[in-house]
Amino acid sequence: MSDVVTMDDLTNKEIVSILDDAERLVPVAKGDVPLPLLEGKVLANMFFENSTRTRMSFEAAMKRLGGSVLNFTSVGTSVAKGETLFDTMQMVDGYADVAAIRHPQQGAAQYSADAVGIPILNAGDGAGNHPTQTMLDLFTIREAHGTLEGLNVVLVGDLRYGRTVHSLSHALVRFGATLTLVSPESLRMPEEIVSDLREHGADVTETVNLDAALPDADVIYMTRIQKERFPDDDEYSKVAGIYMLDSSDMASAKNGMIVMHPLPRVSELHPSLDSTENARYFQQAFNGVPTRMALLCRCLGVKVPKKVK
Amino acid sequence: MSEMRRVTAICNGTVIDHIPAGHALQVIRMLRIDTNRSNPVSLVMNVPSDKLGRKDVLKIEDLELSQEELDRLALISPHASVAIIRNYGVAEKRVVELADELVNVASCTFSNCITQNSREPLPQKLRVVSREPMEVRCYYCGRGQDLDEIVENIL
Repeated sequence: MSDVVTMDDLTNKEIVSILDDAERLVPVAKGDVPLPLLEGKVLANMFFENSTRTRMSFEAAMKRLGGSVLNFTSVGTSVAKGETLFDTMQMVDGYADVAAIRHPQQGAAQYSADAVGIPILNAGDGAGNHPTQTMLDLFTIREAHGTLEGLNVVLVGDLRYGRTVHSLSHALVRFGATLTLVSPESLRMPEEIVSDLREHGADVTETVNLDAALPDADVIYMTRIQKERFPDDDEYSKVAGIYMLDSSDMASAKNGMIVMHPLPRVSELHPSLDSTENARYFQQAFNGVPTRMALLCRCLGVKVPKKVK
Repeated sequence: MSEMRRVTAICNGTVIDHIPAGHALQVIRMLRIDTNRSNPVSLVMNVPSDKLGRKDVLKIEDLELSQEELDRLALISPHASVAIIRNYGVAEKRVVELADELVNVASCTFSNCITQNSREPLPQKLRVVSREPMEVRCYYCGRGQDLDEIVENIL
């Protein structure tokens, strides 16, 4: 199957090969080189939940490769009339060659993948997985450090509901990363995930203290405390704004340390950080385009040429 | 004193031997014998066993367990011995085997799992990720459950 629902759907070798493809596709992603590899192909962007970067970068990726896109949102469609996900996906199966799906409920992407014949790319399911984000995160890390092997990565913020860190932590330990998980008590990484990471032999430390973790980090991956995943405002306000980085914090960082963030940010990254060499979050957002190009090509069985001119 | 002397032999039905000590009540719940049936049931708990040290035994009259019921039993008691009794004799021995995936045995507990959406035509699927101790995870959302939770969430 060519679905990508979780990072388990890709071997380490496939991950590296997709990242290599993505690297060669950067000039195409920038619009400098035309390469209509996916001409005549249709991507269905099935977004049952809000998205800016994921939806747009999927669309940019498909269009830069000469393909076209059907954009779906649950507002103003039959979903509002009570149509099931199963029925909606049956329709998409007939209209498109590949679908990216984002859904508020966990497991929706796996369910969709089982329900249809076309390849499904999970673009985020509830607090579950977000593997295409992980691929662009890995791309960004490799771009900065030249390797994925043996890095010291600090994941910060909402580790409980943050799906990007769930997928990313699984992938990183497969490449031998040392992980430091920094979060308030109430937003710790789910137990199942931590125990999985340790079973893979990962060196994982859980802490509430970001300052202590900063000096040894090769990567600091900040996340937003997601207001929309809290049952009430009181619980949210107890932890909102607990971790913040600004340019002065970079003084204690190692040479070459990068700061990443899946965005949108609220207060966790001060704008003064944007102009530092450490800040990689906007580059990271761009990297979604070449990475998703490579993923779309893989799903559709299209080979990326060894030389892109 | 053997358990055979504690409870009389049954004419027809199923004897489940070598249940881990203290788990017979869970087996009864798991097989829905407590709610869905009126068969006479004899239960022996915490009796000495060469194999397990201590064990529980269940004798269910006038009921021959189906394969689906044996699969449920496997969750709690993967090493149980099951004998089908007909006319006071062992007519058949059945093997208890824990499958890698349990379909429509217990429901996922996670409120934001796609399986909670009752209108979607999908089965409850749990993957067995560990046998000792027993741990299953929802095929769709990955939420884990231990044995006590599975018994609580039995369908």
